Amino acid sequence: MAKPAIMEWIDRRLPVTSAYEKHMSKYYAPINFNWWYVFGLLAMVVFANQILTGIWLTMSYVPSAEEAFNSVEYIMRDVEMGWLIRYMHSTGASFFFLTVYLHMFRGVLYGSYQKPRELIWVFGMFVYLVMMAEGFMGYVLPWGQTSYWGAQVIISLFGAIPVIGDGLTEWIRGDYLISGITLNRFFALHVIALPLVLALLVVLHVLALHEVGSNNPDGIDIKKHVDDKGVPLDGVPFHPYFTVGKMPQVALFLFVFCAVIFYMPEGGGYFLEHPNFEPANGLKTPEHIAPTWYYGAFYSILRAVDFPILFIEAKLGGFMAMGGAIAILFVLPWLDRSPVRSWRYKGWMSRTAIIVFAIAFAILTYLGGQPVSTLNGIIAKICTVIYFAFFLAMPWYTKYEKTKPVPERVPR
Amino acid sequence: MSQDGVNESRRRFLYIATGAVGAVGAVGVATPFVKSWFPSEKAKAVGAPVKVDVGGLKLGEMVIAEWRGKPIFILRRTPESIGVLKDADFKSRLVDPESSLESQQPTYAQNDTRALGDELLVLEGVCTHLGCSPKFVPEVEPQTYDADWQGGFFCPCHGSRFDLAGRVFKNVPAPSNMKVPPHRIDGGVITIGEETV
Repeated sequence: MAKPAIMEWIDRRLPVTSAYEKHMSKYYAPINFNWWYVFGLLAMVVFANQILTGIWLTMSYVPSAEEAFNSVEYIMRDVEMGWLIRYMHSTGASFFFLTVYLHMFRGVLYGSYQKPRELIWVFGMFVYLVMMAEGFMGYVLPWGQTSYWGAQVIISLFGAIPVIGDGLTEWIRGDYLISGITLNRFFALHVIALPLVLALLVVLHVLALHEVGSNNPDGIDIKKHVDDKGVPLDGVPFHPYFTVGKMPQVALFLFVFCAVIFYMPEGGGYFLEHPNFEPANGLKTPEHIAPTWYYGAFYSILRAVDFPILFIEAKLGGFMAMGGAIAILFVLPWLDRSPVRSWRYKGWMSRTAIIVFAIAFAILTYLGGQPVSTLNGIIAKICTVIYFAFFLAMPWYTKYEKTKPVPERVPR
Repeated sequence: MSQDGVNESRRRFLYIATGAVGAVGAVGVATPFVKSWFPSEKAKAVGAPVKVDVGGLKLGEMVIAEWRGKPIFILRRTPESIGVLKDADFKSRLVDPESSLESQQPTYAQNDTRALGDELLVLEGVCTHLGCSPKFVPEVEPQTYDADWQGGFFCPCHGSRFDLAGRVFKNVPAPSNMKVPPHRIDGGVITIGEETV
């Protein structure tokens, strides 16, 4: 088909056609993609939802300590369909994390972080890190009890850093306590700074992916076997095969998403916590304060260290454990020494480790929302050890275990 | 373009010089952005002393006042609980029973009850772990977090425990005793934010 004259004209000035081919019609996705491969796309869909609903929310939200809580109630009660836009945004936050967690776990299962995809993983981890900051600051904005005390706890974390800690927390708050000053700067970061960074990181994540090509459930390098035009024999064009092919899954996802928005927008207190329906009160910590579910695992790890380690006091130890739990994810590509990518071909040790790790992570996530008790404390400590052992022992068990041979071509 | 006759060392010097000048400029530009995050003059100005009348406060009762945006616990302790605070066995369960960390209280509160006179405790109701406000749990009875609970403060956020003088127990995340603010007692009136001289 000949190109229309207008496309000729544009292409000589802006590489539209070649970009479209590189990233869509001539980007080859492995034919053995399974349903795990939809979550990156779903995360993008939710990201778009967050941007769109977020812009609309700023039109009615007032970022000040006096008005913030009331303006959210105004959105919920008086703004035409404001409740729907707000619930789309708050539910979207939880679904953003849900899709990203599943997307990350897919990477762990199939070794998608392994050479030559280390940078994809690292950019992805930065996306995740910025998302955590973005989610936290967004949660402060309604200025309810969980907003206030959540901010108090998270900002105080930096106070555990020796010498500069106290000055640093004051600098972050812009006041001697959490106040409207803190709220205003979090608003600025939540609606402008971090979304810009997030969008840039997503672009880098995708560009890095499209440079080396997608991994697949068998961890086979599909670029090794190409036809005479250089097209991988085990690949299909991303568009239309992947894009159209995943439409039913996207529709199913939106169906579930809408069901939550319409029938359980508070997610049983896990998406929007009950104390946050009470205005912020700096004199009274709620009976039960917990982060939203998506921070649960790291919060549990923080709480699990309630004893001094050598000369490090518990407060700093907990902070370091939590920071370490996030930091160690960044170096995952260099911890895995396995000659194969996918867990389908790894040995029993890797397979067991991945399953045990996933269970421990789920338990930590659950415990993060539970009150402190002796039993919960012991379980959290065990799971914390498992969490770190999974990563720290990985260089050994991936290197010395017996792996299965990986087929040359994708099995039909 | 021809690279003939390029003076490499001069070029390297110019790169470094340009980079250095640029870096100085970047630090200069960053200064106002970083400084604007520190507490403003308005934020610094808030913080006058507050007076609380505790004439009606009964034995074992606590009221919460506000000073500089922080909750201030004012508690009138019973003779039994004062006895516990001075007990040597009990004190062996604490991190810093003698309140030796000077930043956490004025010198006149550096004693077993951390108070002026034993009865009235004035305490910043802020956990020294991550800043939640601990719960007042005066009942002497076994708790899920401590089978030998003698009354005290329990932080719901991360399970830190303090005795009825705000002293921290061992093996909890909080590193130090809760803070006693500067205060003065004139009869039945406590002034928080003014020193006893």
